[in-house]
Formats: sequence, C-alpha cells, structure tokens
Amino acid sequence: MAKLELREVVKRFGNTTVCNGINLDVAEGQMVCLIGASGAGKSTLLRCINLLEPIDDGEIFLDGEDIAEPGLNPQGVRARIGMVFQSFNLFPHMTALENAMLAPRRVHGKARVDLQPDIEALFERFGLADRMGNYPDQLSGGQQQRVAIVRALAMRPEVMLFDEITSALDPQLVGEVLDVLLMLKKQGMTMVLATHEMGFAREAADKVCFLKDGRIVEEGAPDQLFGTPKHPETQAFLARALK
Amino acid sequence: MAHEKVAGLTRRARYEAQQRRRSLIIAATSTVIVLAAIIIFVPMAPGWAKVQQSFFNGDVLARSFPKLLEAFTVNMMIFAWSAPAIAILGLLIALARDARSPALFPLRIFGAAFTDIFRGVPVILTVYLIGFGIPGLGLPRPWNSPYIWGSLALILTYSAYVAEIFRSGIDSVHHSQRSAALSLGLSERQVMRDVVLPQAIRNVVPSQMNMLIALQKDVSLLSFIGPVEIFRQAGVFKSLLANFTPYVGAAIIFLIVTIPATRYADYLMARQMRDRS
Repeated sequence: MAKLELREVVKRFGNTTVCNGINLDVAEGQMVCLIGASGAGKSTLLRCINLLEPIDDGEIFLDGEDIAEPGLNPQGVRARIGMVFQSFNLFPHMTALENAMLAPRRVHGKARVDLQPDIEALFERFGLADRMGNYPDQLSGGQQQRVAIVRALAMRPEVMLFDEITSALDPQLVGEVLDVLLMLKKQGMTMVLATHEMGFAREAADKVCFLKDGRIVEEGAPDQLFGTPKHPETQAFLARALK
Repeated sequence: MAHEKVAGLTRRARYEAQQRRRSLIIAATSTVIVLAAIIIFVPMAPGWAKVQQSFFNGDVLARSFPKLLEAFTVNMMIFAWSAPAIAILGLLIALARDARSPALFPLRIFGAAFTDIFRGVPVILTVYLIGFGIPGLGLPRPWNSPYIWGSLALILTYSAYVAEIFRSGIDSVHHSQRSAALSLGLSERQVMRDVVLPQAIRNVVPSQMNMLIALQKDVSLLSFIGPVEIFRQAGVFKSLLANFTPYVGAAIIFLIVTIPATRYADYLMARQMRDRS
C-alpha cells in the first residue's frame, strides 16, 4: 500500500475554482473520509487524484512521487490508483468477470487463464462467486457496486478512491457495500472516500475532512470532528446533515 | 357487487375483453370498406383497361419473372461486396473524425471533408463521375469494369452516411464509461476498442439496418453505367414486349427482400426503445 500527499491542489473549470488550494495527507493504510455539501469539490478532488482531471496547480505525491507532474503519462498512475464511482459504471456488454479482467489483461498484458484464479478468489471473498457470469443488468445495485470494487481491486491498486459509492443505492443495499469497505480497511488498504454516510464516516474513518467551496475547512479524528467541531461552518453543516 | 365474478372473470376483465372485441370489429369493418372501395371504384376509371394491360399483365409477368430474378442476383452480388466495405470504411471515417491526437489532425480534416462531399452529392452523380471517369483513364481489363467503379461510388457515398451514424453511436455512450475505463489505466485506444465501440455499434444497429435497405435499392443506380441488374433487365423486357409489367415484377422482387428487412429493423428499433425506457 502507499501513502498520498496533496499540496496546494487547485482545479478550475473555466472561471469556477472547484479545488482552491487543498492540502491533505493520507498515511499508508489510512481511511480518510471527505464530507461536505454537494458541490464542495469532493468528487472533483478524487478525479484529480486519479488524473481524470488535470489540475491547474499544486502537487500530488503518491509514495513521494509527484504524479501531477505535467507531461507524465497518466495511464501508469491510474493503473496504481483504483476508483469506484457513484453510478457503478460497469461495462454493460461484459459479464462481471470480464469487467474485472479487462484492465489486467490490457494494461498488464496478462492472459485470462493466469488471471482467472486470482480474480475468482476476489469475487469469492466479496460474496459474488455465483455472480461472475452475470451481466451488470442482471445484478442488484449493491452487487453491481461490489463488482465495481472488485474490478478496481483486480488491478492490485496501492490506493483506492471511492466517490459517493452508496449514494445511488436503495437504503437496504448500502450495508453490503459499506461492509466491503470495512474488509478493505482491515486488509490495510489506503482509502479516500467522498461520502454522505456520516454514521459510517464516524465509525470507520481514521480521519474526516470537511470541505466547503473547494477548501478543507476542518479536519480531524472522527470523534473530534463530529463530537466537538471547532469551525462554525462545520458546526452548521453537521447540524443540518445529522438532523 | 364490485368483486362479483362471472365465468371466472372480474368486472374489469370482462369490460376490457369487451373493449378489445369492439376495436377488433371496428378495425375489420373499416378495412373491408376501404378495400371494397378500391376494388369497385378503380376499375371504373376510364383508362383502367389500358393500365391493367400494360402494368399488370399476367402473361408478361410470367415470361419476365425468371429472368428478372436471375438479374437480381447481380444486385445481390454488388450488395454483398459493397456492404462489408461500407461498414469498414464508415467505421474508419468515424474514428478518424473523433481522433484526438494532434498528429492525426490531417485525418480529422480528411474525415470531415469526406463526409461533407459524399453526403452533399447525389448518389447518381457520384456513380456517373466515378463510373465513367475512372475507366476513362484507359485502364486495362479488368480494371475498367463498371462493377468495380460503380461499387466504389456506392461504397464512398454510403460510407459517409454510415460514418455519421457510427459517430452518433460513439457519442451516445455515456462519458462515465470512458471515465471508468480510463481510471483502470486503459489507454485512449483501448477505451475506444474495448469499452466505447462495442456499445456504440450495438446502439446503432437498427439505424444501420435502414442504411442496408437503402443500399439494396440504390444498387440499381449502377444500371446507368452498364451492369445488367434487375432494373436494366426490366427495361430490356419493356422494350422487347412493349409492356411495363416487368417493372412491376422488379418492384415485387425488391419488396420481397426489403419488407422483411424493414420489419426487422423496426423490430430492433422498438426493442431498443423498450430497453432504454
């Protein structure tokens, strides 16, 4: 696993500054939760870390190496960082197993037969052994999201990013996906989550960051941030979110 | 009582069955009336006897039909080698127009110019210009064959349309699919080949079916530069027998092929609508 450090990251879309000088440290094996209202910049920040969006200023270090260096080939970086999206984004024309095998085959150039045992083991570990042959539209939302996590894990990433992965799920399906996150945490995965699941963030996170208008307004241990928030903005947000 | 059942049917079920019966009877009656009107009134027109003699002559149809069918195999042949070429060239043009790399900028320009030109010129004109123009260079046999250059004219024209349909298919794949694929470390090319194109092609199958049907008919335009296909063959019979019935025969043969194909395309289109809703 790897550690992640963000220094003064700035991202603009036209005249709108979405990330306005973000500093963030994620230690090896740590789970960091980003909370804040929609539009605070949580998702954009995750997309910047994965280089899906080029940043306008600042540095992003993955294990000490600046991955936001202009001119760096983003493919190699993305292969080391897994990302899971709110809307699953499974490839609808492939079975769950094919979804998970595509990137290791293409990026690492591995053969199906060599991959199969490892990836089947992943499916088994997350309770999806009997779903490998199904197409995404034959799976429930919770199953699709777990397949999306398996697909990202199949690349053996050093860091995992989760972008509001339970927001599109029916309430009764949220639990099975959050359980997967707890399993990953136990295995020592370095993780950054953008989430609206305050209860989960408080229970499971090592660190919680409150974002507003593209800045980290306050960060701290979950008990501190949820129990005794210092900043008035944080207090106001939590008062609304926990009501 | 609202829930009383007669013959195992609820009141609602009985009402709906009655409604269905009523619409069926109305549809059947109106169809019979329209058909009867056509059968009774059209033959009352003053020129009907002549029209029947020169367009719907059973003897002429029977005499010309086998030869027409034979000539139709020429249409089938030209169709059979043009369609795959159109699919490949159309896809390449679509990809060229979507190329992002600056080194491929000339390709993009070429793709845009290609579609503009060949969509802007009537098919028959392209057939004439290429079909007469290129053999005019004095090429040796078999390179002066109108089959080759006529087919090329069809391929170029249809590729332009097919490319635009492929492009709309590529656009129809949600950008989140691209994000997901890129986030796994795939290259732009791999994203296009493994994730976007398979979905794009599936999305445009019904529209491309319609292009195939149009192509099947436009093969007849090659008759103007030489090949004796069904339209030309019908023309030969018309002159020989001084009767237009062979054209009706040709139309019948086209319909035998195009109606099932059109129905199938409509079925695919309807299924797609249902899947998306």
